[in-house]
Amino acid sequence: MEPVGAVATRTDRAPSVEGLDAASLLDLHRRMVRIRVFETEAGRLMESGDLPGFLHLYVGQEAVAAGALATLTDADQITSTHRGHGHAVAKGAGFRKMFAELFGRVDGYCHGRGGSMHINDLSIGMLGANGIVGAGLPIAVGAAFAARYRGDGSIAMTFFGDGASNIGAFHEAANMAAVLQLPVVFVCENNGYAEFTAQARHMRLDDVADRAAAYGMPSEVCDGMDAVAVRQACRRAVDRARAGEGPSLVEAKTYRYYDHQGVKGLRKPYRTQEEIDAWKARDAIELLEARAAADGVVDAAEFARVWEETRADAVDAIAFARASPLPDPATLTRDVYTD
Amino acid sequence: MAVRELTYVKAYTEALHQLMGADDDVFVVGEDVAGYGGVFHMYDGLLAAYGERRMIDTPISETAIVGLGVGAAARGLRPVVDIMFMDFLAVCLDQLVNQAAKMKFMFGGEVRVPMVLTVAAGAGLSAGAQHSQSLEAWLAHTPGLKVAMPSSAHDVKGLMVTAVRDDNPVVMMLNKKLLGAKGAVPEELYEVPFGQAAVLREGTDVTVVALGRMVVEATAAAGTLAAEGISVEVVDPRTVQPLDTATIAESARRTHRVVVVHEAVTFGGLGAEIAAQVTDAAFDHLDAPVLRVGAPFAPVPFSPALENAYLPDRTRIAEACRQITKRS
Repeated sequence: MEPVGAVATRTDRAPSVEGLDAASLLDLHRRMVRIRVFETEAGRLMESGDLPGFLHLYVGQEAVAAGALATLTDADQITSTHRGHGHAVAKGAGFRKMFAELFGRVDGYCHGRGGSMHINDLSIGMLGANGIVGAGLPIAVGAAFAARYRGDGSIAMTFFGDGASNIGAFHEAANMAAVLQLPVVFVCENNGYAEFTAQARHMRLDDVADRAAAYGMPSEVCDGMDAVAVRQACRRAVDRARAGEGPSLVEAKTYRYYDHQGVKGLRKPYRTQEEIDAWKARDAIELLEARAAADGVVDAAEFARVWEETRADAVDAIAFARASPLPDPATLTRDVYTD
Repeated sequence: MAVRELTYVKAYTEALHQLMGADDDVFVVGEDVAGYGGVFHMYDGLLAAYGERRMIDTPISETAIVGLGVGAAARGLRPVVDIMFMDFLAVCLDQLVNQAAKMKFMFGGEVRVPMVLTVAAGAGLSAGAQHSQSLEAWLAHTPGLKVAMPSSAHDVKGLMVTAVRDDNPVVMMLNKKLLGAKGAVPEELYEVPFGQAAVLREGTDVTVVALGRMVVEATAAAGTLAAEGISVEVVDPRTVQPLDTATIAESARRTHRVVVVHEAVTFGGLGAEIAAQVTDAAFDHLDAPVLRVGAPFAPVPFSPALENAYLPDRTRIAEACRQITKRS
């Protein structure tokens, strides 16, 4: 069904599993399920008061991170956003160190110094989430510059929202990447809202992708609830980057199920239940499972096993995080500088 | 080592030329740095020597320029990022302060950001309120950054070598009014260590701690005061982050009087920090409160009549020294 509400789309929504083998579909599925389970558990822990600080949950947008990051290798670099858990998980970050960081423990990715918005894993090309809207884009351009400078064949990909497309860093980074013809892919996760402000009230365009033309950059819009469609669109952009044809912009129309921050809105509602339900009816994971099963490509039991394994992984990781020591205040000023 | 006279700006260019020759990871990025050689000729000849791969002209996009440096540095390169005027840091402070400075700490220590950010700083050229500031206090207040303020051609080269080899983000503040000042500079690469003040002139009556170009003014004031029987010790911290409090306090214990001079506004400037640290470390040795000589609390004015009144100089420094030695 067509979603209602703020987001218009020109994407062809025809089923797109054709030509994809079971292994590829299971890969997309596993990435999405891992995000869904991680975020659902994180949300529960937030609600129960176990986690300090802010939590910007990625639930609903899984197809974007899964589809986009299925096109990269560990050598490729990404920069992420304040809503960054999905990108970290889909890039291959481990639940144990992620949960430990959310709990503020020494075994976390940042040893308790960063928190949700600074999870990074340099070993897999995850150059960090970011607490400043739009700030990851110029950094990804720098990573792309380094890749070309060294000629190592890697590329960079940067995630940002419809809201970030209004900040100067986006426009400067897009123009810089285009002028220098750097191997970087700009992935816009358009979830229709800049925090609590609907897209129609923060820009006069339907598609963020239209902004790419201003920088002489190719772009396309895809269905951000369809991991296969995202993967295909990003594959074209990644191929251009690797071929030395410069940057591209991919806009994925998607939706976040939870609030901007936390699990449910504490103040006045800014989205209708009808809108939320319409998007949930096209849930990315259900969509992929249903199509693959209908086509007979993947057995339903295989999907069930992914859910089961992932839930067990989360149980293990949360226990690990709870058992991890709190950081010692005596170490507070360590790592401000590299000696 | 062979030593010649070089101008302050040529000492910077020579340092970079030699550093680029020694390490392929060093590159320069900024507005008009390649084809034009930099608006202050800081990069003259480097495009011819190292080509477009390593000398990158950019659009006027300070946020993207610094961000490119941050991303490239996080990936192991050693970018030298040129932001033409220090005042322009205000348009890209996020990339410097929220990204470069904090990345190592907030990532849990797993990353290095070996980036040098060169800016032209300082007043005295009627460049007006948006092209004249000396903003070291903003930067020294930010954990994760290092800030160098060379006062001579010798220190420009040595501090630049240290900066490029350092694994942290470093801001090099080149003083615009010193660019043509000549000094003895060794031909070879050498490092001037960070956090190590230089005692440029020894004295017994008062210590003048001076930053950047004020070192030149303080040294001139010391000559005048010597004829009056006031013996001035001139201390140049050379970097304000890290700050060599030990050398300053040690000098204070000998002279018992301290004057701090900088061309930034006095309020909330490095002078306040240095005064507090001297007081903490050497209170029992002080014969008078620490005096600060800085700019009044106003933007840098344009007209030479106003700017001359605004900027601290040898006359005001000498007057402060006379005042502090009379008090005790």
